[in-house]
Amino acid sequence: MYTISNRLKLVSIILMVVGALGVGYSFMSSNKSFEEVEHMLAEESHHGDGHGETASHGEAHGNDHDTAESHGSAHGEVDEHTKHVEHVMHAVHKRPWAAFYIAAFFFMMIALGVLAFYAIQYAAQAGWSPLVLRVMEGITAYLLPGALIVLFIAALSHFIGHNSIFVWMDPEVVAEDKLIQGKTGWLNVWGFIIRGLVFIGGWSLYRYFSRKFSIAQDNADDNKNFKKTFRISAAFLVFFIYTESMMSWDWIMSVDPHWFSTLFGWYVFAGMMVCGVTTIALITLYLKGKGLLPKVNDSHLHDLAKFMFAFSIFWTYLWFSQFMLIWYSNIPEEVTYFITRIEDYKLPFFGMLAMNFVFPLLLLMNSDYKRVPWFVVMAGIVILAGHYIDVFNMIMPATVGDQWYIGVPEICSMLFFAGLFIFIVFTALTKAPLEPKRNPFIKESEHFHY
Amino acid sequence: METSDKVIHAIYNDDDVLMAAVKKVKAERHHIEEIYTPFPVHGLDKAMGLAPTRIAIASFMYGCVGLTVAVLMMNFIMIEDWPQNIGGKPSFSYLENMPAFVPIMFELTVFFAAHLMVITFYMRSRMWPFKKAENPDPRTTDDHFLMEIPVHGNESELTSLLAETGAVEINVVDNAH
Repeated sequence: MYTISNRLKLVSIILMVVGALGVGYSFMSSNKSFEEVEHMLAEESHHGDGHGETASHGEAHGNDHDTAESHGSAHGEVDEHTKHVEHVMHAVHKRPWAAFYIAAFFFMMIALGVLAFYAIQYAAQAGWSPLVLRVMEGITAYLLPGALIVLFIAALSHFIGHNSIFVWMDPEVVAEDKLIQGKTGWLNVWGFIIRGLVFIGGWSLYRYFSRKFSIAQDNADDNKNFKKTFRISAAFLVFFIYTESMMSWDWIMSVDPHWFSTLFGWYVFAGMMVCGVTTIALITLYLKGKGLLPKVNDSHLHDLAKFMFAFSIFWTYLWFSQFMLIWYSNIPEEVTYFITRIEDYKLPFFGMLAMNFVFPLLLLMNSDYKRVPWFVVMAGIVILAGHYIDVFNMIMPATVGDQWYIGVPEICSMLFFAGLFIFIVFTALTKAPLEPKRNPFIKESEHFHY
Repeated sequence: METSDKVIHAIYNDDDVLMAAVKKVKAERHHIEEIYTPFPVHGLDKAMGLAPTRIAIASFMYGCVGLTVAVLMMNFIMIEDWPQNIGGKPSFSYLENMPAFVPIMFELTVFFAAHLMVITFYMRSRMWPFKKAENPDPRTTDDHFLMEIPVHGNESELTSLLAETGAVEINVVDNAH
């Protein structure tokens, strides 16, 4: 049996504490008043930073003001200035919410991806993987708390946070918006919460029973438990692919309530599979490094790295399919999504492509490199960072607009959830032997070689 | 290698028996000239001690050629020779129209890599159209496996070793090739 080392426990607790302090600080300091934001913008224009253009508008207005001939136009300009400052102020208020939500979603997505991957192993009766099934079970332990936290943050952003993440939750916005009015049958706060609870309930039920059967199988004389898991895995995969799609509309796509993409669910799915498999590989390597998974060999690592490589390409394929159709047809209501991202998020938008596609493509293409642990770890860290930025690009443009930065709120939110994730996952790993010794395919897995 | 004028053809009728036999023959430090099988036997190349294949490297280079061909071709066709208005965006700039060319880049990369890899494999295996088959026994295209070992004056030793490994038939043949 694996026991969590004190050092790892300490690391996870420090991460959580530092993260929580940073998140608390960012929520507190984000509560800027109108004057403070106005001052901040003026400061920025003096430094001639990125927002110089918008601020110089203000200055030009000031000059106009002196020579203003008609009161009416001057009024209009002052209104515009107020509007702009208010807009920025709202963005500043929303930033810690969005940053916290992104980090929560990112770690939830890892656990959910692993759960789907785990179900595929059973449904396909895979012979190579039983030696790493317990690692997957450990990671999926995070799903229930992680997903509840995501839903909780989303609900809180409505009830106490002035609808900081989902603009459609604001009745004042809906009252003036014909497009959202047409979608209120789906996009309403209670529907959102109830759907979320149904998704989480279904996933957690599968996780609970598959884990129970997996442990029962350890001391069984026959394969009855395995067969039960096989059946519920097949059923879960059907449930999953529908609910995952709906979850991605609800939890991510609806931050831009006017915009929609029909393959968005698949796109998010590809991202969560890459992150899930990468995390399995990283934790497997960590445990193997401590000598706790003696039977896991090069070939298992090779297979995990192949999945990292393949799902990275699958992700790129879906990303590009979505991008190219929208870019090509150039329909205003669709293309604004990418215009915002290319204009205001140039570095994360294109940087993410390099990290999620070019980097794994070149690094993991060679068959031999897939067996070198430090290569896989390096590729894995870049892939995880790249997919964090992917989620960042999905949420931030709709919430904070061009007022983004990767600073204290973003990093501390990540630290907090990383700590929580490590704590829950490694605690779950101590609960059962790391080798499912009575799995019917365990012999095949031990002898697995490429 | 024309080092001897006699070879032994040991014939097996099961791939597992063949694998065990290969390991045993290699352990006795005999050289195996060639093995003819009706289907690819997993792990046979490793057991025979063959050098790892370099076809993956060739395939990568062919893919790069395909990608380059696609880039140059699309640039000539769509931008230089007859500038096209792509998706209502008449920029006539390669970079701005690049997303429209990505599917072609992908397809030609795969096309070049796949076809040239197959051709390379056939050439490297010395198989080209109208070539007379080197296969010494037509049964190896159906359900038998044939191991070819050159004889260096140790005919009886080899014969008894191969009989032990479960060969169903052992023939000594003059002047193979």
